Amino acid sequence: MQKSLYLDADKCTGCKQCELACSFERDGSFNPIKSSIQIFTFHEAGRFVPYTCTQCDDAWCMTACPVDAITINTATGAKEVNEATCVGCKVCTIACPFGTINYNTDTGKVTKCDLCGGDPQCVTACPTDAITYVEADATGFSRMKEWAAKTDNAQSAA
Amino acid sequence: MAWTNKVLRVNLTEGTLRYEPLNQEWVKDYLGQRGLGTRYLVDEVDPEVDALSPENKMIFATGPLTGTAASTSARYSVITKSPLTGAIACSNSGGFFGPELKFAGLDMVIFEGKSPTPVYLYIENDEAKLLPADDIWGKSVWEADEILHKAHHDPQLRVAAVGRAAESGCLYAAIVNDLHRAAGRSGVGTVMASKNLKAIAVRGTKGISNIKDPKRFMASTAQEKEVLAENAVTGTGLPALGTQVLMNVINEIGAMPTRNMQDVQFEGASKISGEAMLEPRESDGKPNLTTNAGCFGCTIACGRISTVDTSHFSVKDKPQYHHNSGGLEYEAAWALGSDTCVDDLDAATYVNFLCNEDGMDPITLGSTIAAAMELFEKGAITTEHTGGVELEFGSPQSLVWCAEQVVAATEFGKDLGLGSKRLCEKYGMPDLSMTVKGQEFPAYDPRGIQGMGLAYATSNRGACHLRGYTVASEVLGIPEKTDPLVSEGKAGLVIAFQDATAAVDSAGLCLFTTFAWGMDNIAPQIDSACEGDWSVERLLEVGERIWNMERDFNLKAGLTGADDNLPKRLLKDVAKTGPAKGRVSELDVMLPEYYELRGWDSTGVPTDDTRQRLSLA
Repeated sequence: MQKSLYLDADKCTGCKQCELACSFERDGSFNPIKSSIQIFTFHEAGRFVPYTCTQCDDAWCMTACPVDAITINTATGAKEVNEATCVGCKVCTIACPFGTINYNTDTGKVTKCDLCGGDPQCVTACPTDAITYVEADATGFSRMKEWAAKTDNAQSAA
Repeated sequence: MAWTNKVLRVNLTEGTLRYEPLNQEWVKDYLGQRGLGTRYLVDEVDPEVDALSPENKMIFATGPLTGTAASTSARYSVITKSPLTGAIACSNSGGFFGPELKFAGLDMVIFEGKSPTPVYLYIENDEAKLLPADDIWGKSVWEADEILHKAHHDPQLRVAAVGRAAESGCLYAAIVNDLHRAAGRSGVGTVMASKNLKAIAVRGTKGISNIKDPKRFMASTAQEKEVLAENAVTGTGLPALGTQVLMNVINEIGAMPTRNMQDVQFEGASKISGEAMLEPRESDGKPNLTTNAGCFGCTIACGRISTVDTSHFSVKDKPQYHHNSGGLEYEAAWALGSDTCVDDLDAATYVNFLCNEDGMDPITLGSTIAAAMELFEKGAITTEHTGGVELEFGSPQSLVWCAEQVVAATEFGKDLGLGSKRLCEKYGMPDLSMTVKGQEFPAYDPRGIQGMGLAYATSNRGACHLRGYTVASEVLGIPEKTDPLVSEGKAGLVIAFQDATAAVDSAGLCLFTTFAWGMDNIAPQIDSACEGDWSVERLLEVGERIWNMERDFNLKAGLTGADDNLPKRLLKDVAKTGPAKGRVSELDVMLPEYYELRGWDSTGVPTDDTRQRLSLA
């Protein structure tokens, strides 16, 4: 069964534990700039929003790559960058509509979320379940349940 | 190893910057942040200097765990001599600024001298420079933050700045980072402004990659995060209600300082409580609290993000306050609310916004306004002084007016900017100042929580709850319950809290973890990250050493055992209501025992044996 990251901004407190876990997993360092997941703070609105790659099925980064350095991990569905093949041309960073694939100046390669091979560390690190790893076919179910609870028959639904 | 081993020294007089290695000998004895910063200050600053002279120095210090995956790794401290107390100042802040300093490769920044013109320090990894601050001097923290972000075209820039209160000499000015986190107490912002330093803007992308044993560190920090999550205070109470979880609790036990500490219970407490912040308003159906928020790395997330009712008198014609910002935590809600008898949540929130916007310590501001209200009540301050404005307990208009005067630095605002000790002296009633060593009390009346009376009297930075929070034991039963009305045994309790707190601060962790963590939860996290052997025993020894070193600085600065005292009101006037009814603080019983247990002589001076045991110079 394939799984997806599910990001719930309403639960995020902006603590960046996910960024620390990600940068540690990818880079061996605590360094938010090296994290593939980023928390954005909208101060005046009082909102914290986690954002990362959604692993598009028809992934434009993969399509755009001139050297086929981005491939699909069939077990997780993640689009993964093969660093040995990547030439650092950054075309994928232009192609991605969401900005979730980025260049790493230390390695000269691009970097993106690879779902940590099926055990995403951001999910483990998040203290509020703002980031969960759920069945890909059911990413909306938790939100459906919240709305279901608000319907008139809420008492019987509980 | 977790330290970056690099210190940036900025001579503001000469305009020169230089890097130097961190003193490794001192690291062994003082760990980091509060301890290490204090060690540098003690070595470099004559305790007798005028706090606002170029001879005073100001140190921004991170801890070894600052910026790491340990929960609450956000903390940094500013260490200097305080203009409010004349004692050592060490003010701790969260947010995101401290970790950014670490990511730029710095353990500490030491400021010396005074710049001939207003400047700010810009740090981008290994490059640092002083830049002219002409276009941000005279601006609020919020304005300066926005201007600096635009000037450097960098949304990720982290800024710590002083506001207009500091510039006009308010003696309790804070340094505010990330718009609403503050190194708040003892006037560290006043020192910064006295050096013509408006802000520090930092961007770091180097990260931290020198943890001693990364695998053990990750396992240890993950395990301890679970402990925080499962604890009732850190896992439930603080995220839901913030520190404001305490408002109703402390009021019920009769330890809520009210009406400039004339009373110990406030009839309007529930209206300014954490619970009240969740209630939808009549005007727009929104609650005061929008969301809770975490500082960097914090899995507790006690921070409050709030709005003021846009139809409230304080902001209705001021659209610049019609958005979210840092909301009330307990100490601010108490000082701006209970101590002034103002039960108007929006008025208190608005004044809290002003404290964030222009860098003022809300505890001292609220307490000073409360003192002014009592001076007015007793006829020492009149409408002649205020230009016709009545200062009345319980009046949100009076509260808001007073706070705005401090920001605007009007003639009366400058009086309020002196803090309550100097204010009450100036108006001829010094006994009305509720302070220790010139710093105002936080929100726990020592008549109802006996240990706190001793903690206040002996605190090295003047009255303060963050130097020995025996409330944890006396009220919340952490680590074990003691009777708040009993003074027996409290000397030992206060010492245990003071020493542990100094160690926690020095690691770069937040004190709030200690609602759930003991030192045995903390030591393995430090030990797996840092070179050397960091056992519980060693950390407590470090804590005790720091405490004695701070004490030593204060004694050399001219303070004596006589300054380990409380206002007469708390020693002579009994609590009128609640469980503590009929009681005063029994400081006279606790203090001699405290000195003895500390290894100090009867005048409060560390004995030679004590100094030798702790290897104090």
